[in-house]
Amino acid sequence: MLMFDRKNKDLRRMEGKKLNIDTVMTVLCFVLLIIVAICPVGMIVYNACWDTTTNTLDLAMFKEVLLQKENIGAMKNTIVIGFMTTLIATLIGVFFAWLLGRSDIPMKGTMRWLFKIPFMIPPFLGAMAWDIMFSARGGYVNRWFMSTFGLEKPPFNVNTVIGIIIVEAIYMFPFVYNQVVAALERMDPTLEESARIAGAKQMYVITRITLPLVVPAISSGMLLVLITSLANYGIPSMLGFSAKIYTLPTRITERMEAANGSFIGIRQATILSILLIIVVGIALIMQNRLLNVGRYDIIKGKSMRPTLIKLRKAKYPLLIFSMLFLVIVVLAPLAMIIITSFLKAYGLPIRLENFSLKNYHEIFFRNNTVATAAKNSLFLGFSAGFICLFLGVMLSFVIYKVKPKGRGLLEFMAVLPYSLPGTVLAIGCILAWSGAFKINLYNTIWIILIAYAARYLSYTLKSCSASLQQVHPSLEEASRMCGASRLQSLTDVTMPLIKPAMISSFFLVFLPAMRELTTSVLLVGPKSKTLGVTIYQYRAGGHISTASALAVVTIAIIMICNAVIGQIVKDRKGI
Amino acid sequence: MNKIELKNIKLSYGSNVIINDFSIDISEGEIIGIVGPSGCGKTTLMRALCGLKNPDQGEIYVNGIPYFSKAQHVNIPPENRNIGIVFQDYAVWPHLTVEENVAYPLKKRKKPTAEIKESVHHALTQVSMLGYEKYMPSQLSGGQQQRVAIARALTSSKDIIIMDEPITNLDAKLREGMLVEIRLMQQRLGSTIIYVTHDQEAALQLCDRVVIMDNKGNISQIGTDEDIIGNPANRFVFKFIGVSNFIPVCKKKDGYYLHLDNDYLYSKSEPKGWIEGEAEMGIRPMDIIFDPKGLVEAVITQGVFLGDMYNYFITIGDREYRVQRSTLDSLDGHDYKVGEKIHVSFLNEKYYPTEAE
Amino acid sequence: MAEERTIQIELKHVTKRFTTKTLGEVTAVNDFNLKVYEGECFSILGPSGCGKSTTLRMIAGFEDLSEGEIYLSGEPVSIKKKNLYVPPEDRGLGMVFQAFAVWPHMNVYKNVALPLKVAKVPKEEIKPRVMKALKHCSLDGLEKVYPSDLSGGQQQRIALARAIVINPKILLLDEPLSNLDPKLRETMRFEIKKLQQEFNFTIIFVTHDQSEAMALSDRMMVMDMGNIQQVGTPTELYNKPINKFVHSFLGQSNFTQVIAENGKVCVKGCTTPLPVEAPKNMSGEILLATRPNTIEINHSDGYKAKVIKRVFLTDFSQYLVDLGGGQIIRIQTPHRNIFRQGDDCYVKFPSPMWYEKGEEDDAERAKRMVI
Repeated sequence: MLMFDRKNKDLRRMEGKKLNIDTVMTVLCFVLLIIVAICPVGMIVYNACWDTTTNTLDLAMFKEVLLQKENIGAMKNTIVIGFMTTLIATLIGVFFAWLLGRSDIPMKGTMRWLFKIPFMIPPFLGAMAWDIMFSARGGYVNRWFMSTFGLEKPPFNVNTVIGIIIVEAIYMFPFVYNQVVAALERMDPTLEESARIAGAKQMYVITRITLPLVVPAISSGMLLVLITSLANYGIPSMLGFSAKIYTLPTRITERMEAANGSFIGIRQATILSILLIIVVGIALIMQNRLLNVGRYDIIKGKSMRPTLIKLRKAKYPLLIFSMLFLVIVVLAPLAMIIITSFLKAYGLPIRLENFSLKNYHEIFFRNNTVATAAKNSLFLGFSAGFICLFLGVMLSFVIYKVKPKGRGLLEFMAVLPYSLPGTVLAIGCILAWSGAFKINLYNTIWIILIAYAARYLSYTLKSCSASLQQVHPSLEEASRMCGASRLQSLTDVTMPLIKPAMISSFFLVFLPAMRELTTSVLLVGPKSKTLGVTIYQYRAGGHISTASALAVVTIAIIMICNAVIGQIVKDRKGI
Repeated sequence: MNKIELKNIKLSYGSNVIINDFSIDISEGEIIGIVGPSGCGKTTLMRALCGLKNPDQGEIYVNGIPYFSKAQHVNIPPENRNIGIVFQDYAVWPHLTVEENVAYPLKKRKKPTAEIKESVHHALTQVSMLGYEKYMPSQLSGGQQQRVAIARALTSSKDIIIMDEPITNLDAKLREGMLVEIRLMQQRLGSTIIYVTHDQEAALQLCDRVVIMDNKGNISQIGTDEDIIGNPANRFVFKFIGVSNFIPVCKKKDGYYLHLDNDYLYSKSEPKGWIEGEAEMGIRPMDIIFDPKGLVEAVITQGVFLGDMYNYFITIGDREYRVQRSTLDSLDGHDYKVGEKIHVSFLNEKYYPTEAE
Repeated sequence: MAEERTIQIELKHVTKRFTTKTLGEVTAVNDFNLKVYEGECFSILGPSGCGKSTTLRMIAGFEDLSEGEIYLSGEPVSIKKKNLYVPPEDRGLGMVFQAFAVWPHMNVYKNVALPLKVAKVPKEEIKPRVMKALKHCSLDGLEKVYPSDLSGGQQQRIALARAIVINPKILLLDEPLSNLDPKLRETMRFEIKKLQQEFNFTIIFVTHDQSEAMALSDRMMVMDMGNIQQVGTPTELYNKPINKFVHSFLGQSNFTQVIAENGKVCVKGCTTPLPVEAPKNMSGEILLATRPNTIEINHSDGYKAKVIKRVFLTDFSQYLVDLGGGQIIRIQTPHRNIFRQGDDCYVKFPSPMWYEKGEEDDAERAKRMVI
């Protein structure tokens, strides 16, 4: 019976004598996060406040930049667009959430499926499609209206603040919809039934019981829309540039490009970035407050089919209305891009004789763009995915299992780059990694990779840590009691249990990285163009139908990846 | 060969002392119940025995071999202690099949494949789960997952098995069946089983001996069911193990009185176990007898048939007490009504110094 | 003696069928005919999934009927044939749900006042009525508090106050106590009983806990797999269960295999007759059903048997007694006549019940008796 290892590690650790893998991982986490998160942010603040030519603290520039007329306009636009988008997106989102979550409207499956599409199409491609349809200068829908009804002027103009608001609302309402529909599904149906029994009519129950109960979900969806809209670059740049409508993110990018490396220009951009950080920061603080308070406990007790509300006469009108809305909003832009991609040239009437495969021929065979861009994007997607996955797993393990001092700081550093608007992060990366620390990555693909890793780290961290927290300690303890060492119980039990979360979090990074525009548009070099940037530049150069062809290819790649994820997530086992 | 000794164990989380000084010898092939209110430290104690939590003080021996002893610089890690444990939340690994779950301890101990196969088969037979080898835990009911957890504890060690509230999550009928199976399994394998629970009834039914722990992590009593029920060591044990009435009493020249709004004579001779000074009578509802010859008068204020028994509330003086009558006694033909005046006498009562509630 | 009682709830041929993807068509409630009288507390008891909640939800109006008719206070509320359906809010019922279902965004006062508000009760009347209901449910002083700051027991009291504030004739209770801990459960039980006595509600109480049902109800119904098994008073059902299911569902049971011949009953495999009167219209191999706490055990009188195990529980001593032929029964008796393991003892069965032998596996049953 004396087979046991008497001089064992646990007693030594108990007495504090061992440097172990936990400590190593903790230190590694701190170092990596400082490189990825703190350096870019620090460089922005440093450049905004510090005049390197004279080596003095200089805050006068703030005043100058803030008082510029264009900047004030951009500021105003950002806020107006942000708030109006939030309002409209919330109304649409809540309406559909209630319709699908609580009413007996038919074809729910189809509608749920349609709701997923806006998530798959990059919003800037959507904006491009809307521009093709409703631009005042020769949008196809405008032209059709003018020729059919003999109008003098185009009836619609998407290149306005209102246009931007509508397109943003259309691409962001699913945020609200998803939050609210989940809350409705989780809600204990007896909360509503008890109001019916108390004598309340249907409308009363909806307005006084159901809606107030999902207020937390609605507001968290709203803030998500607000933050996304404030930091959005793709839609305002696609729709606003031609009409000289700027928001803060587009203005920053424009300044940066106009600066062309001049020091003053960069400083102006950093100051605007700080402004944007403050605006988004306020929204983020509100969001945090909201997540911490006002969480009603509305989870259902007994699993029961919620009683669906009968729409009776309103059923079919509502169905037709919603299907029409979804088709116009979701399918029409998609169709428009596809049609345009086959046109010999943008602007030609949509007739069979104008169709050709020329654009596809162009991008696939003529100048190799697709191959380069797809290669770059795939490389970035995969590498960013793996880096974030590795970092995310390690971080969540350190934060939730090792629990060192300063884990709050670790978490903060990991989420910091995500809270930054993509434009700002890009500027931070440029400032930090073009020689400031004796490392120059500017114009290479590596600088994009660092930016992506910083930007998407919080996705993997969130997903992995949620899953890790669900692995109850007794599962690991059980394996130790079965004769597994600490490391073995980690590899045999913990890792396999969070594997599904790891796989899905990889794709959570891979997919957005594949279609990223905001950050990459500032970071690309001649040889490191991504899919998003290539489309953007084709379009900016007036080759709209070529851009469309490339867009179709991109959407196809994303959809295929999505289907693959669906399969993987479906037959996952475990938690 | 499955003797366990815990000597002067002290456990704490920071400055919060959970267990002060806990010693017990557990003999081979015994089912011992560790019972106490939730938060009394019983689970922490078991974690110390498993090696998942280090005691501040004390020693743990199994079959005379030190498992934990600071003095001797020994602390065998959990994976080498050879103790099977069944957790309250089962802790069946959801990513492995039933078979893989149960085979895991053997694989970790590098047993030959043929032996693993046989042991798994044997363990699953013990818990009547043959035929479920390829199931995933999510396809099983709570009771079945529980069985898998027990089978895994069996392959981990047939000698010593700790069960931490293993049946709390099951419904009443299943619970009873599970107790029977645990007893049967122990008889077949001769294991030593430590059964941790807050449910005193289950412990009394299953265990050879029961350790009652109080809120502060001290041992109140160790004994068989007969000791615990017949001679509760103190007021805490009496109160903890069942429904209880406490009636203040006093002694006068001519006899022994219930000391309520008035004094009511209930016995002329000195009752068994009488103590001097300010005292209370502890009495179980079942031991207050509706007895026409009883000296104390009472009024029935409520009566309900519960199937297994009748539940009454009676008032003596200005206080209400609970009385239970077995269904068999109630077949005497007398139908007691609310408001009826009756006489009662007391059986098996205990006396304790008065304590503020 | 035939006192005319007003029928408060009546179910006629009520049937409910569901169609599910996995099982096809399932009959959850099969042809129920039921009358519940005014001021009566009526329990519906059965294992989970037996259709008891569905029955209640049909009475409340949350489920359509597949067939049949429901009348409340003499008024039709659901008649399938005529497509008549009164929505829940117009049925004038009070209802308490298992998961409390108090509205977390309203304070206690507003929760309880809502039924009055939607019923358009004059403002000046609302306050005194709410306060009265709160007082009855021991919630006075908590008007301004939000439910999330209250315990489970208090939340269930809010639900109760909300249900009684409109003075409904009928109160539906859907497992209202099963989310509470045992001590609280008992207190609430008393409180519900007290309320009923005071306001003369007709109560339908759905539960899976037999002692709860027995303690609370005037009459009860045991159901299984969508069928009514037996309706009667608690004592009737406990003492004269119509079949084995009802017997084993309402408390503990011993089923002993016996052979009844020529007016005598012997334990299967033994020859000494048991001291019981043989069943009138059954013979051959049948089951003797007894309850552990209605068996007499003593030192001299009755059928001789052997104590094979003894356990002291808090309220009872529990004995396993071998009647011979491998037939073991469980006996629970107050701690008075003490037997030891291995002692001879004598048993009598004052209230035997007889059932046809089922397909129960003998070995399985013997195993259950080992503790």
